[in-house]
Amino acid sequence: MVSLQPVIANQFTEQFREILKAEKSASVKAFREKAFRFFNENGFPTVRNEDWKYTNSSKLAGENWKVEVISSEGSRLDQRLEGLLNKFNLERNGFTALNAAFAEIVCVTIPKEMRVVEPITFEFSALDGSAIFPHILVIAESGSKATIVESYAGEARNFTNSAIQILVEDNANLTHYRVQKESAEAFHVGTTEVSLGRASLYNATTINIGAQLSRHDIDVKFTAEGGEAFVDGLYMLNESQHSDTHSIIDHTVPNCVSHQNYKGVLNDRSRGVFNGKVFVRENASGTDAKQSNKNLLLSNDARVDTKPQLEIFNDDVKCAHGATVGQLEEEEVFYLLSRGLNPELSRNLLTYGFAEEIINKIGIKSIKKELDEAVLNRLNTNLEA
Amino acid sequence: MLLEVKDLHAGIEGKEILKGLNLQVNKGEVHAIMGPNGSGKSTLSKVLAGHPTYEVISGEVLYEGKNLLELEPDERAREGVFMAFQYPVEVPGVSNSQFLRLAYNEKMKHHGLEELDPLEFNDYLKEKAKIVDMDPAFFKRSVNEGFSGGEKKRNEILQMAVLEPKLAVLDETDSGLDIDALRIVAEGVNKLRSTNNAIILVTHYQRLLNFIVPDVVHVLANGRIVKEGGKELAYELEEKGYEWVKGAVGAK
Repeated sequence: MVSLQPVIANQFTEQFREILKAEKSASVKAFREKAFRFFNENGFPTVRNEDWKYTNSSKLAGENWKVEVISSEGSRLDQRLEGLLNKFNLERNGFTALNAAFAEIVCVTIPKEMRVVEPITFEFSALDGSAIFPHILVIAESGSKATIVESYAGEARNFTNSAIQILVEDNANLTHYRVQKESAEAFHVGTTEVSLGRASLYNATTINIGAQLSRHDIDVKFTAEGGEAFVDGLYMLNESQHSDTHSIIDHTVPNCVSHQNYKGVLNDRSRGVFNGKVFVRENASGTDAKQSNKNLLLSNDARVDTKPQLEIFNDDVKCAHGATVGQLEEEEVFYLLSRGLNPELSRNLLTYGFAEEIINKIGIKSIKKELDEAVLNRLNTNLEA
Repeated sequence: MLLEVKDLHAGIEGKEILKGLNLQVNKGEVHAIMGPNGSGKSTLSKVLAGHPTYEVISGEVLYEGKNLLELEPDERAREGVFMAFQYPVEVPGVSNSQFLRLAYNEKMKHHGLEELDPLEFNDYLKEKAKIVDMDPAFFKRSVNEGFSGGEKKRNEILQMAVLEPKLAVLDETDSGLDIDALRIVAEGVNKLRSTNNAIILVTHYQRLLNFIVPDVVHVLANGRIVKEGGKELAYELEEKGYEWVKGAVGAK
């Protein structure tokens, strides 16, 4: 059935025409058109949408954004990358649709059996008042090994709406660091979709410390036996920052491992949301799934809504999940006091340690150091003394 | 006199545990405080260290002639009071060397002395680690995280070595240690023993005192010191059991 309802032009309509004009690939053009149609029909998700219950995007939706085009080359993708692009769940919501419509496609294929020693880096920042739509495609071919770094930074009041699609083929090993440290004025929405092949390994660490409002959706799907995924993250928020993580880890096949450890540190009036679904389907015997979400509240006005969910349809599995929301343990604070650290330093050091459990996973010294400093800075603490 | 406890009454959650305790400790001395479970040994340690859940009801504690009880726990530490914990706390994400250097420098700053940078401190720490025979690999590990019971206790003594307290209270440092670990910990303490400091060993068992020989042994029962003597008292206790002293004061 064709809808005859006229689509009302919105702030993106004119800008989308320009994008479409520059697009050389017919299939990508079709992809964009389909996406923009979805966006026109649905708009941005509102709090009436269950998945967006705690995250109100109306402030961001109400502003005028200028789409910043980084490259006007148009897309040249090989068949496999195009296939991957077309698998993108653009109808997830208005944000993913808008990302797909304006996608600035960047791609990398790590050839078979190739071991890439240097990290492959994707860095983004935007100008004041602008919207950017990075869309990264990564194919780690069978037996390859690589590290990718996806990073968002800046000083601007901007709107970042990004997506990354990752295909980890059989026996491939991919490490993925995602660092979001945009300005405290910025809006950030990001989506990660990962598909894992036989005996592959995906090791992700996501850090969210920037943006006034940030939302990250991460979906990990096992498509063959023996896959392993470590999906960890940290959100560290202050003032009125809001950060929302929605993750889905889907065990559709037997004998896969997923361990998820997300931690939150919340100060002032900040707000965190963690919604983690782990599905263990009927067929997925031998699954080992663990999920943990621990939150440290540093202020009485900070708030976290956490909802770890395990849905298991198979008996032969090893699963555990849990969430905590709390303050620093008095006994831990006393231990540091008893060694002569003043109360503020004691609390800050414990908070730093809490965050470090995640940051320590980052194997790139320069990034780890930068994040250490960001954390300490936020705590007004200097460990170099 | 380094420490003078006068008629101390203290407890937890409204329950009085120490019921008029008196104790005098001079520099250069090692005192053992022995007693059965529930006699108030741990309460004494924690009150001296300033643990917030323990309340002092009445009495006085003078440290170097000053009122110790009005100092915050961290101030006490910087002034030279140290407690080795019975159950040392794990601090994930903070390395042992980071932690120790912070603690060391806080103390130096307090006394207007020169702080050490990471390199200088590392040399200092290496020297101190020899005292408890600790592998420098432990410096990089998170404080007490994944340490065995024996390693944790050794780490407490390492902290003592680094901070060079004037008064060290070792709260059941021997508990849960096998004989080899006990020997290493005790040898460490013996090396740190000097005419400039005093050590209070709080223990249930006489075993520790075979390795660290005390100058004075106090027996604590029902919140009071009920017997005092030289090191022989510990043997006598071991032989006769705590029922003997309980009987001596008619306590339950």
